[in-house]
Amino acid sequence: MTVEPFIGLSALLFAIGAIGVLVRRNAIVVFMCVELMLNACNLSFVTFARAHGNLDGQVAAFFVMVVAAAEVVVGLAIIVSIFRTRRSASVDDASLLKL
Amino acid sequence: MTSMSSIVLAASEHADVVPVAADGVFSWMWLLVAIPAVSAAILLIGDGAGDHGPLDRFGHLLGTAAAIASFVVGVVGFVALLGQDVAERAVTQDLWTWMQVGGFDVTMSVYYDQLSALFVLLITGVGSLIHVYSIGYMAHDPRKRRFFGFLNLFIAAMLVLVLAGDYLVLFLGWEGVGLASYLLIGFWQEKRSAAVAAKKAFIVNRVGDLGLALGIMLMFAQFGTTNIHEVGLNVTNASQSVATALGLLLLLGACGKSAQVPLQSWLLDAMEGPTPVSALIHAATMVTAGVYLVVRSAAIYDLSEVARTAVVIVGCVTLLFGAWIGCAKDDIKKALAGSTMSQIGYMMLAAGLGPAGYAFAIFHLITHGFFKANMFLGAGSVMHGMNDDVDMRHYGALRKLMPLTFITFAMGYLAIIGFPGFSGFFSKDRIIESAFATNFWAGLAALLGAGVTAFYMTRVMILTFFGERRWREDVHPHESPKIMTVPLIVLAALSVVGGALTFSDWIEDWLTPVTGSEHHELGVPAWVITLIIVAVVAVGASLAYVLFARRDVPDTAPQQVSVFTRAGRADLYGDAVNEAVFMRPGQYLTRSLVYVDGTGIDGAVTGTAELVGDGARGLRRLQTGFVRTYAAEIFGGALVLVLALLAVNLA
Amino acid sequence: MTAFWLLAPIMVVAALGVVLSRKAVHSALCLAVVMISLAMMYAMQDAPFLFAVQIIVYTGAIMMLFLFVLMLVGVDKTDSLVETIKGQRLVAIVLGLLFGGVLVTVVAQAFVGPVVGLGEANADGNVHGLAKLLFNRYVFAFEATSALLITAVLGAMVLAHRERLEPRRTQRDLALERMQRYAEHGEHPGNLPTPGVYARHNAVDVPALLPDGSTSEISTSKTLRDRGVVRDGAFAGDVSVTMRRLEADGPERGRVEPPPSTPARHDGEEDL
Repeated sequence: MTVEPFIGLSALLFAIGAIGVLVRRNAIVVFMCVELMLNACNLSFVTFARAHGNLDGQVAAFFVMVVAAAEVVVGLAIIVSIFRTRRSASVDDASLLKL
Repeated sequence: MTSMSSIVLAASEHADVVPVAADGVFSWMWLLVAIPAVSAAILLIGDGAGDHGPLDRFGHLLGTAAAIASFVVGVVGFVALLGQDVAERAVTQDLWTWMQVGGFDVTMSVYYDQLSALFVLLITGVGSLIHVYSIGYMAHDPRKRRFFGFLNLFIAAMLVLVLAGDYLVLFLGWEGVGLASYLLIGFWQEKRSAAVAAKKAFIVNRVGDLGLALGIMLMFAQFGTTNIHEVGLNVTNASQSVATALGLLLLLGACGKSAQVPLQSWLLDAMEGPTPVSALIHAATMVTAGVYLVVRSAAIYDLSEVARTAVVIVGCVTLLFGAWIGCAKDDIKKALAGSTMSQIGYMMLAAGLGPAGYAFAIFHLITHGFFKANMFLGAGSVMHGMNDDVDMRHYGALRKLMPLTFITFAMGYLAIIGFPGFSGFFSKDRIIESAFATNFWAGLAALLGAGVTAFYMTRVMILTFFGERRWREDVHPHESPKIMTVPLIVLAALSVVGGALTFSDWIEDWLTPVTGSEHHELGVPAWVITLIIVAVVAVGASLAYVLFARRDVPDTAPQQVSVFTRAGRADLYGDAVNEAVFMRPGQYLTRSLVYVDGTGIDGAVTGTAELVGDGARGLRRLQTGFVRTYAAEIFGGALVLVLALLAVNLA
Repeated sequence: MTAFWLLAPIMVVAALGVVLSRKAVHSALCLAVVMISLAMMYAMQDAPFLFAVQIIVYTGAIMMLFLFVLMLVGVDKTDSLVETIKGQRLVAIVLGLLFGGVLVTVVAQAFVGPVVGLGEANADGNVHGLAKLLFNRYVFAFEATSALLITAVLGAMVLAHRERLEPRRTQRDLALERMQRYAEHGEHPGNLPTPGVYARHNAVDVPALLPDGSTSEISTSKTLRDRGVVRDGAFAGDVSVTMRRLEADGPERGRVEPPPSTPARHDGEEDL
């Protein structure tokens, strides 16, 4: 089993996820796209682990999952609390970074 | 010129002078400066100007009294100095430390010696007479209090100059007289020409001051001191080139203050000031400061033949230059101003001759102070009677109407042309003799100058006091009041008897400790030279008589004249040269610098600012406040990073 | 590789679905498809532990969390796909394609050398091997993740928690407030009208009818209104259809008694 198709698929998923982050306005969907990108990375890790014949890549993927879980928890909490005050889950509405 | 051995001998001779500490009368010499300085301060910053307070009514009396008091102190000091031993005639008194920076120590001191004493007498004596005269001359001027304040300021500054024991203190007085001169030339500041002339005098003097300042800096750099006496001691150990550089720099300063070529152009314009100012500053005292500087720095000039030759050349050129201008001017004051330049040229010439000439330079300076002040004041008296008309072509036949002015002016006239027996005869004769003894060409220039002097002074005399009356209709010439004629009489008397100073070589002996002395034997007996001089003077006077007394004088200056006359009327194109060589290129330079500054430097600065501003305005569009835009930017950055890494790896 | 080529198109399509779905729920379901497929890919590549974790943690926990939040926030509106930031979509697509292109064409091809395989590493079993690594070389990172998880839990609690800043309002306070609003703005102090009153149905998506036959907006739930599933309340059509039918059946059957005073009025307005 070669590795190139896996890596290519991983790249493709990553790019799709990135486009989604940039295009979608619903914060939850944006979040899902971020997850998509993380998973694409995980696929690469696992593939490279196999290619190199050691388990370090899998460990990295494992850590990514842990961190992603933590991130999702906090991120969704933030979305909920923002929604509670602004009645909107659109990322464009939170444009307070602008002067 | 003289041989080296005699130079070194002469130099060491007056370096032997050891100043003694002042005591008794001499410890009061600071009053010389203090009295007029305090008076000037009272007159200038006393109660509000122009409000007809007591100072406005009696201020001129205060100023005159201050000048006379200073003169009295000067006389007392002089008498006391006469009573001293010859070895103890250089008296110094340290007043306070002016500045102390590391090893650099400037003491504010009074240095009173034979040379200073003579200058003090001249300045305060002639100054007092001119103060008295001004009481009459400026009687109707609403700002005469200020005028007398300026005169006092000038006297004080000039006395600081001649009593300084340190070149830096001398420079203080030097700048002080420059300031007073500026203020007095521009006294009638409402006249544009006066304001311009004042500025011109100030600026041209700055050029000379630069030379003096550089000279003082060089002294400090070389010797670590600016004390005149110590510099004189140190310079004998210095190299020839240092002495030459010092001499030339001091000469530049002297040229500026004494209106010598090439810095002569301000003196003629300075006649815009009131006539007493012309008499006091631009004839009798301030313009002699350059001569004083050269004589005072004798120790330096003794060591550098180049510097002395430069002084001689400057003196000769100015001597003829001033005489030439004096011949061409119709304005009585400008003719006298040309004559002043010429006579100071004589003094410079004499000073450039070294120990052989210093004493004669001072001698001529003193007699010139008498007769030139006399003539300027006489001219002022004439103008006073002629409604301030200065054109000699509008005078004529005034001898009957102004007998006192005529007689006193005639005394001055006889003195300046060197009529035997009058003071100028002795002083000029000595200079020409010394010049011939040292250098034939310098002597020839001096001799020629004597003839030309006789010519133009006779012309002034004839145009003013003899011939037909050519007055305007509304002019009623009259003799001036006593307050103006009495100083004239005193000065005329001094012009006549001033030559007595040289009897039995008194002045040479008196000044020898300061200047050293040296005698050159002429190839011919002295009386032969004297006869030649008298003959030349007679020729000049006769020529003037033929040209001006025998013919009608046109009311306006004829335009069809020789190229020499035209050049003389244009001040020998001094202003034109200054304009062409300094002013125009300077203007072009400043204009182009302004252009470069405006387009190049400002352009770069504003261009950079605009570039940044435009860039910021463009980049601002990226700052939309939408998080997705920022995400896109981050993503773009990541892409660039990946591409960069690829480029690095593939390269 | 057969499994890969079967799964890969499904994953790409599902990923596109995540990005392109109008409804967030559909996106979430598509994402779940991608994740399960990924789990299979892990299994395919000798990573059974990750296969299980991917299913349990991602698909089981994280995706459920997403769905919960979606329900919390409310599936009120479908997302508009109209771009509001000028040029954003173009920039995103160009950047994404460039990025993907670069990665696929260069990075994926950059791997040279034989594929080693995990036969040796997994000799004692995959979980065993991973555990060895985790509790030896990566033990500090592992401990750090535990701290991270606890922090995340605390953070979520803090963010979700709402501090009560005023005393709880009692029934009495609420009633007073209502009466105050009535006094000031004339707002009706009583209950909102219930849906379906005088309407043909009494379902929640049918608004109540007002005396003039028009519908009452406030009688239906805001969520339903936002979703646009509230039924048309205009009843006139239904009434006329019924009347025509009745007439067609003849006067003896189902005859409607006209009102005594105002026979011309319709919709039974005077009954209200």
